[in-house]
Amino acid sequence: MRLNLTVNGRPHQADEAWEGESLLHVLRERLGLPGSKNACEQGECGSCTVYLDDVPVCSCMVAAGQAQGRAVRTVEGLADGDRLDAVQQSFVDSGAVQCGFCTPGLLVQAHDLIERNPEPTDAEIRESLAGNLCRCTGYEKIMDAVRLAAQRKAVS
Amino acid sequence: MDFLRAASLDDALATKAQRPDIAPIAGGTDLMVAINFDHIRPSGLLDLTSVPELADWSESGGVIRIGAGVPYARIISELGEHLPGLAMASRTVASPQIRNRGTVGGNLATASPSGDAHPALLACAAEVELASVRGTRRLPVAEFFTGVKRSAAEPDELITAVHLARATGPQQFAKVGTRNAMVISVCAFSVALHPDRAEVGTGLGSAAPTPRRAVEAEEFLAGELTSRGMWTDPRPLPETVVTRFGELVAAAAAPIDDVRGTASYRRHALGVLARRTVGWTWDEYSTGRQTCA
Amino acid sequence: MSAHVNAPSRAPQDLSESITGGVGESPSRPDGNLKVRGDYAYSSDLWAEDMLWGATLRSPHPYARIAGIDVGQALAYPGVYAVLTHEDVPGDNRYGLKIVDQPVLAEDVVRFRGEAVALVAADHPETARRAVELIAVDYEVLDPVTDPKRAAHDGTLPKLHPESGRENNLVRYQPVVRGRQDVSADVVVSGTYTLGMQDQAFLGPESGLAIPAEDGGVELYLSTQDLHSDRKQTARALGLPPDKVRLTMSGVGGAFGGREDLSIQAHVCMLAMHTGKPVKMMYDREESFYGHVHRHPAEMYFEHGATREGKLVYLKARMYFDGGAYASKTPVVVGNATTLGTGPYEVPNVDIAGWGVYTNNPPCGAMRGLGAVQPAFAYEAQMDKLASALDMDPVELRQRNAVDQGSVLHTGQKLDYPAPVGELIERARNLPMPPERDPAAEPDIRDLPGGAANTTHGEDVARGVGYAAIIKNVSYAEGADDYSTARVSLQAVGGEAVAMVHTAAAEVGQGLVTVQQQIARTELGVERVNIHPNDTSVGDSGSSSASRQTYITGGAVKTACEAVRETLFERATARLGHAVPDLTIVDGKLVSDSHGVLADVVDILGDEVIECTREYHHRPTYPLDPETGQSELVHVQHAFSVHRAVVDVDTQLGLVKVVALDCVQDVGKSVNPDAIVGQIQGGAVQGMGLAVMEEIQVSDGLIRNPSFTDYLIPTILDTPPMKVDIIERGDPHAPYGVRGVGEPPTISAGPAVLAAIRAATGLDLTHAPAGPEHITGTAH
Repeated sequence: MRLNLTVNGRPHQADEAWEGESLLHVLRERLGLPGSKNACEQGECGSCTVYLDDVPVCSCMVAAGQAQGRAVRTVEGLADGDRLDAVQQSFVDSGAVQCGFCTPGLLVQAHDLIERNPEPTDAEIRESLAGNLCRCTGYEKIMDAVRLAAQRKAVS
Repeated sequence: MDFLRAASLDDALATKAQRPDIAPIAGGTDLMVAINFDHIRPSGLLDLTSVPELADWSESGGVIRIGAGVPYARIISELGEHLPGLAMASRTVASPQIRNRGTVGGNLATASPSGDAHPALLACAAEVELASVRGTRRLPVAEFFTGVKRSAAEPDELITAVHLARATGPQQFAKVGTRNAMVISVCAFSVALHPDRAEVGTGLGSAAPTPRRAVEAEEFLAGELTSRGMWTDPRPLPETVVTRFGELVAAAAAPIDDVRGTASYRRHALGVLARRTVGWTWDEYSTGRQTCA
Repeated sequence: MSAHVNAPSRAPQDLSESITGGVGESPSRPDGNLKVRGDYAYSSDLWAEDMLWGATLRSPHPYARIAGIDVGQALAYPGVYAVLTHEDVPGDNRYGLKIVDQPVLAEDVVRFRGEAVALVAADHPETARRAVELIAVDYEVLDPVTDPKRAAHDGTLPKLHPESGRENNLVRYQPVVRGRQDVSADVVVSGTYTLGMQDQAFLGPESGLAIPAEDGGVELYLSTQDLHSDRKQTARALGLPPDKVRLTMSGVGGAFGGREDLSIQAHVCMLAMHTGKPVKMMYDREESFYGHVHRHPAEMYFEHGATREGKLVYLKARMYFDGGAYASKTPVVVGNATTLGTGPYEVPNVDIAGWGVYTNNPPCGAMRGLGAVQPAFAYEAQMDKLASALDMDPVELRQRNAVDQGSVLHTGQKLDYPAPVGELIERARNLPMPPERDPAAEPDIRDLPGGAANTTHGEDVARGVGYAAIIKNVSYAEGADDYSTARVSLQAVGGEAVAMVHTAAAEVGQGLVTVQQQIARTELGVERVNIHPNDTSVGDSGSSSASRQTYITGGAVKTACEAVRETLFERATARLGHAVPDLTIVDGKLVSDSHGVLADVVDILGDEVIECTREYHHRPTYPLDPETGQSELVHVQHAFSVHRAVVDVDTQLGLVKVVALDCVQDVGKSVNPDAIVGQIQGGAVQGMGLAVMEEIQVSDGLIRNPSFTDYLIPTILDTPPMKVDIIERGDPHAPYGVRGVGEPPTISAGPAVLAAIRAATGLDLTHAPAGPEHITGTAH
């Protein structure tokens, strides 16, 4: 199967994709974009979260063919060149990154949260990130990072 | 395995008629797990995400038709007032990412006893719309479930929508999981008051081989409310009524021991959920306050 | 960087970002930017031109004899390049961390469901999966041994490892006995406590890429906790000398003990060497549950006697640990559990015995806090039970019995370093409590047990508070020569002095890369410190486990830096023509108190590179006497932490919301305070998970929940705010006075949460995790 899709603003083509592949597999193994992570491949961990036409989804649950003609934005597409997005910078500054395997998915999901809800309460942050498992941090510094990112986005 | 993209409902139905073993896919939140883990290999995938007839909800004459492709996130944000029970249930589905993709149509297609939408659909007496090249039919949701992950859908049929009357009274949904988010139900319960017809609706999840109603509990409570004149003159629900309602709900369950919980816990917890949710709905009914998801 | 000629794309990167900060500061991670950009190269991201995909056929049975294996159909399947069985193992078909007892590929018998039987290499993962299905194995199914207690004592059961020479199915039996054995006490409490099997649940799946090398060896890129241990075991299986097996660390997505044993290592190398092509292997989440060891489940009988005044008189403990089909770290678990079984308390008369056994259950091995997590659930439950029997405040009881510097433990070891347990307990009690729940206020359901699933609006919600104090050993013990190697170089690059630190010590997410940079900055007085990828071209660092790397590899980096500095000073002396007694390096300049600034480091260096490789060994430890468990110094260091948990419990539904989980810990010296807080919070949540939800359910040797759908770990909605109070009572034997940090919080958090649930419900709750059915009495 041949696929055409836009990823991070650029057109991409994948050839010879097997029909049972997920969008995640296509991004990682066919398009050279391994930033989105493959921790569970059952929609339980959120580490593969990407924007699909501006909506965050688990890319492991999207059949490759369903991405035909669609626009995808991954963790690799969050920064503006050398400048990290406020969410990315806040994760670094708050120590919210340890092994980092959950980070790409969390960044996309947190980015979307702040876009939709610029001043989230703690309860809203927790409910919004409940589908992103992290095994290293205990989430406290992730909370710090999201609060900091929201503050930074509000003043910028 | 091949991949077919349906551009219209007719297109999808024609394909399903020719290839009844093809797997329809919308949000993919059940199907892709099975494929990723090598549990199934369907002969092909039929993508329904571009079918306009499935993509929206509409209201006509007090009945809401939710296209099978409408994701939970939209039910929560757009239908919380009209269908509070289903919206609350939708909020408990997995994670925000899954709610952005997963659909009630897909939940019905999987027909798992633990499907989160099912108790709310049962309590609201929803109807499932099934379509094939032979035509379209509507089936009460209670008749739709025929066994563990089995339904009344024919091999050539697609689930195209559910129909629910707009809420005329309070509705509640509660689900027990062993984690505070992102969890498959150990058991779930939904209750809806239908003051327009002096009836009560219920739905039980993860309580039997299929999602089911607690008919005796419904009839008991509706009878008590009617005989005590409480539909028109709401007073506090007598404790004995609440207790009995809980017992009847628990008695309606036929749960099993499995990896997520014991039968004994499920029966017990359903009683607790029934007592609490009926208290909340009655509180709303008597005070006029409404809970939204 | 020192890339191999045929390095795959997405091979590990040098970490060279400009960040400043020495020991005691909190610089950010040198890999942080790469990680938030999605550019950090994990082992599952590896890719090479023309690579094949490996897959593993695993046993569906917990115990069976293999009558035959037919690979014909699989081999004929289009796209398949190799199908390998035990007959294709080039070297010795055995590996193991402590006891070499596990076949690389099963021969005549399989001992657990999930044991590797055959391998496939193919052009696509799906091709490999289909080929795996086509391998025909003729099994004669046997009755599995699944009861660990019977495995220890019942001689009528089949012996799963007759070659072991040990009684029945024993891996290790260890008693630790001290004081009088015929004592009585005013008050006696006892209980039997059980612990389910916990999974490390690291997020990055087991994965790696092997590339055959021209010299007949192999390059393996992977994620692991211990490169040299992997190399030794893999080389043995491949029949190659160790130097022909070269390992390079790729990004590791968490480990927590689950990457100490081999998973893909020997398999993927066999496939690469057999096909002559690069081969990648990557487990999916289900396979991961079969592909790595778990935390030992345990059954523990504890009996404490105390005086009416609340002084402990005696402890009798009997502990059984189910090691599953292969030994892995079972001997260490038994050693740790029996030597740490008193908890951080002085007990004059002790009779502890521990059994670690083989069964046909999933193999168990290392997980954060190994061997210390299990008894902590028992002794801390006992302390609360004893306090209740004495009608005494449980915190007071703990303080009355807490060890301190100078205490003699039941192994005979005297604590010759600070052991401020009483102080930790006191500080934990004094931490501010979270606000009380206001029953009149409209609750946010997300703050209540059940969360957004709307199970309570405050009905039947009871609050409880619980404490736990624990002890853990740091580093390898019982006479192991525990050491690490560091290579540090210093050179001038672009007019700036740049250090490079090269070790094999696994960065698994904990932040060892940051710590190594901090040490080099402090010791060498330069800002720029690059981190070379971990690989086997430098000496052994041991594993990233046992809370040991900041201590041991930190010590090695410090020692190597000191050697580099000495060399630099010698050169400076030669250049200056005279010796200066009190030389230091500050901001890239050689400075002395007496002479001021003497020279720029870059000028002394010129075009030369100073490079020193040093080992650091901690002071020797000694084995336990096999009969009495006595030892002069069994552990090189102990670490202590105290947790206070506050929980809300829905007493009718048995659902729990942890409201606060606050920790006080002695870290000796806080090398990177922010990173330590991150370690403590992350570790605590793993312990909390074990207390309330995490259990691999095994029946008849089969895992019933091998997925993240049914093996639940805490989400951000399950996790409370966590205060951390760090104290620094330096260990004079350790570099900078550091004390291991990573494991203690995992050990103390769980028992504290369970204690809080008991306090809220009044129940005994003897099993961890305490699920809703335990709390509501509906388990059966």
